[in-house]
Amino acid sequence: MQPTPEHLRWMYEKMSLIRQYEETMAKVYLEGKLPPHIQKGLAFDIGSGPVPGEMHLSAGQEPVAVGVCAHLKREDSVVGTHRAHHFAIAKGVPLDRMTAEIFGKETGLGHGKGGHMHLFDTEHKFGCSGIVGASMPQACGFGLAAKKLGKDWVSVAFFGEGAANQGSFHESLNLAALWKLPLLFVCEDNKWAISVEKSVATAVLRNSDRAPAYGIPGVHVDHNDAVEVYAAAGEAVARARRGEGPTLIEVKTDRFFGHFQGDAEAYRPKGEVEELHRHDPILALGAVLKQRGIADDAALERMRGEAKRQVDAAFDFARSSPYPKPAAALQHVFA
Amino acid sequence: MAIATATTATQAKPQAAAAARRLTMAQAISEAIASEMERDPKVFVMGEDIGKYGGIFSATSGLLERFGSERIMDTPISETAFLGTALGAAAEGMRPIAELMFVDFFGVCMDQIYNHIAKNTYMSGGTMRLPLVITTAIGGGYGDAAQHSQCLYGLFAHVPGLKVVVPSNAYDAKGLMISAIRDDNPVMYFFHKGIMGLPWMAYFEGSANEVPAEPYTVPFGQARVARAGTDLTIVTISQMVQKAVLAAEALQREGVSAEVIDLRTLVPLDVDSVLASVAKTGRLLVADEDYLNFGLTGEIAALVAERLDTIRLKAPVRRLGVPGVPIPFSRPLEHAAIPQVESIVAAGKQLMGTRL
Repeated sequence: MQPTPEHLRWMYEKMSLIRQYEETMAKVYLEGKLPPHIQKGLAFDIGSGPVPGEMHLSAGQEPVAVGVCAHLKREDSVVGTHRAHHFAIAKGVPLDRMTAEIFGKETGLGHGKGGHMHLFDTEHKFGCSGIVGASMPQACGFGLAAKKLGKDWVSVAFFGEGAANQGSFHESLNLAALWKLPLLFVCEDNKWAISVEKSVATAVLRNSDRAPAYGIPGVHVDHNDAVEVYAAAGEAVARARRGEGPTLIEVKTDRFFGHFQGDAEAYRPKGEVEELHRHDPILALGAVLKQRGIADDAALERMRGEAKRQVDAAFDFARSSPYPKPAAALQHVFA
Repeated sequence: MAIATATTATQAKPQAAAAARRLTMAQAISEAIASEMERDPKVFVMGEDIGKYGGIFSATSGLLERFGSERIMDTPISETAFLGTALGAAAEGMRPIAELMFVDFFGVCMDQIYNHIAKNTYMSGGTMRLPLVITTAIGGGYGDAAQHSQCLYGLFAHVPGLKVVVPSNAYDAKGLMISAIRDDNPVMYFFHKGIMGLPWMAYFEGSANEVPAEPYTVPFGQARVARAGTDLTIVTISQMVQKAVLAAEALQREGVSAEVIDLRTLVPLDVDSVLASVAKTGRLLVADEDYLNFGLTGEIAALVAERLDTIRLKAPVRRLGVPGVPIPFSRPLEHAAIPQVESIVAAGKQLMGTRL
C-alpha cells in the first residue's frame, strides 16, 4: 500500500512537528536543572525547572507514529508508552494542552495530574502509561468494545522491543487472536531497553516472528522509514477493520536521545548516534516528497517553519498557564 | 469449627419484602448481575470459568444460558490481559465485570489494577471514566492454605482510586452489586467463600436471607447495624460479621450487650456510623479476617484515636485479625490464625473487664 500525496505531505508535516517538539523539549527540560541553580555538588537536578521528572523523547522514532496514525480516524484508539509524544502528536492530541500537562499546569490534558508519561485525551482517544508492557491489554479492551458496539474502529497498542518480553505481550496477543480483536500491536525496536540491548534480552531476532505462535500475521519493517511503516500498517488496519483480527508489526527504528534526558549513555557505542542522524528519516521522507514532485525545498522549509510556529505557540501556552490550586490534588480520584 | 446455625432475626429487614425469597449470597450476586444485564446491554462479564461452570464460587451461575457467550465470556488464564481489557472496554463506554477467581491471584495482574484502573481517572483529570467491577473470592476457614485463603481487601483499600465492597449477606450482596455495576468508577467486589452458600462448603447460614426479586440498590458508604447493643461496639465486615453476630449472642447470655457494625464498604468508609456507635458504647473491638498489621483494624482504631477529644472510651481499643503469618493449612493452625466466634467473645469479655 503506497501513501497518497496527501498522506506523504501529512507524514512530513507531523514528523517535522514531532522532531521540533522533542528538540525544543530537550532544551526547555534543562532549564533550572544545571549548576549554579541547583543544590551544590550536583551535576543535574531532575526535580527542578519548569518540567520536573523523567523525560523520554521520541526523536528518531517519528516514522512509527506517523506511518501508523496516517491510517487512523478520530474514533480509533491509541495506547502508547512512557515515550509517547510522537504518538500523541500523530493521533491529533492538541499540542497546547499536551504541553501544559507536561509543565504540570491547570490547562493541561489532565489538569497537571498526569505529566509527560500519563497523557490522556478521551476526545482524540489517546492514552499512554509509564509501565512497560501496559498498553497491550488495554488496547485489547478498546478493540473488544469496538466489536461489541458494532463499529469498525481499530485500536493500536504501541510498545518497545523490551516490552515484548513482558507477560502482558504474550497474554494480549493470545487474547486478541482468540477473540479476533481489531487491533494493531506495533513494536518499536529501537534496540535499547534503557541500556540493555535487544540481543541481550531475547534469543528471537525479530519479535514479529512471535506472531505465528499466536496464529496471527507478523510483519517486520526493516527500515526506519515512514513509507515502509505506512505500507505495513495500512494492510494491518484494513485487516482489522474487516474483522479479521490483529496483526503484530515490528519496526526497526532509532532512538536519537538517551533513554531519558540526563542519561549519560555510557552503554552506547561511540559514534552510534551520529550514524543514526546520517539516516534521519525526515530527510529521507523529504527526498521522497521532492522526488515525487509533491514539494520542493522551499515547501519543505515552509512546513518545518510551520512546525516551529506551532511548537513555540504550545510552549508559550504552557508557560503562561497557571498552576492548579493545591486543593485540586484531592479532586478526580473518582469520576 | 464455629460454623453454626444462625437465625436471620438480627439482620436488617429488607424494605421491599413484596417478592422476597431466601437466597444465598451466590444466588443474590448472580441475580443482581442478570438484572443489570437485562437493563443495560453494555454490561458483560469476563473471567476464568465464569461461563459453563458459572463461576467457581457460583457468582455467575446460570448467566451463560441466559445471555450467551457474547456477553458471558470465558477467558484464558491471562488475568493481566483480561483486566487490562476491562479497562479499555470501560474507557470506551462498556460496563465490564471481570472476575479474578481468588483475590490471592492478584499478584499476576496487579499492575493493571493499581497502576492503571485505579489511577487513570485521576491522571486524566477526571476525564476518563472507568465503570467496571472486579469480583473476587476471599477468605479461609476450609483448609486451602496460604495462597487461596487471604482477604486482602485492606490492600486494595490502601490504594487510592478503587471502591471496595465486601458484603456479609445475600440482601446486601444484591443491592451492593447493582450499585457497583451502575457506578462510573472501578469497584472491587469481594465475596467471602464461606458465606456464598455453596453446596460444597460449610457456610454461616446468617448470610442467606430474604432478597426481593426486583432490583434495588444498597448505597456505598453506609454501614449497617447488624445487631444493636449498648456496652461494646464490634466493627467488622464480610464473613466476620456473621461470626460477630453469633459472638454478640453469646455475650448477651453473659449480660454483655454488643453492637455489631457491618461496614459493608471500605471505600467509601462510613466513619460516622463507627464513631456514633463507639461514642454510645465507649468500647471498641475491631474484628477482621484480613491481616492484622497495617490494615482495616488499625484504620478503624486510628479513626477513633483521632477523636478522643470528643469520644470518651471506657477501655482501650482491641483488635482481632490474622496475626503476621500466612494462613496455615493444618486445621488447628488455621483455626488459631483466623479470629473465630470464641475469640470475639473472649476479646469482648476482656474489654468489659479492662478500664482506661
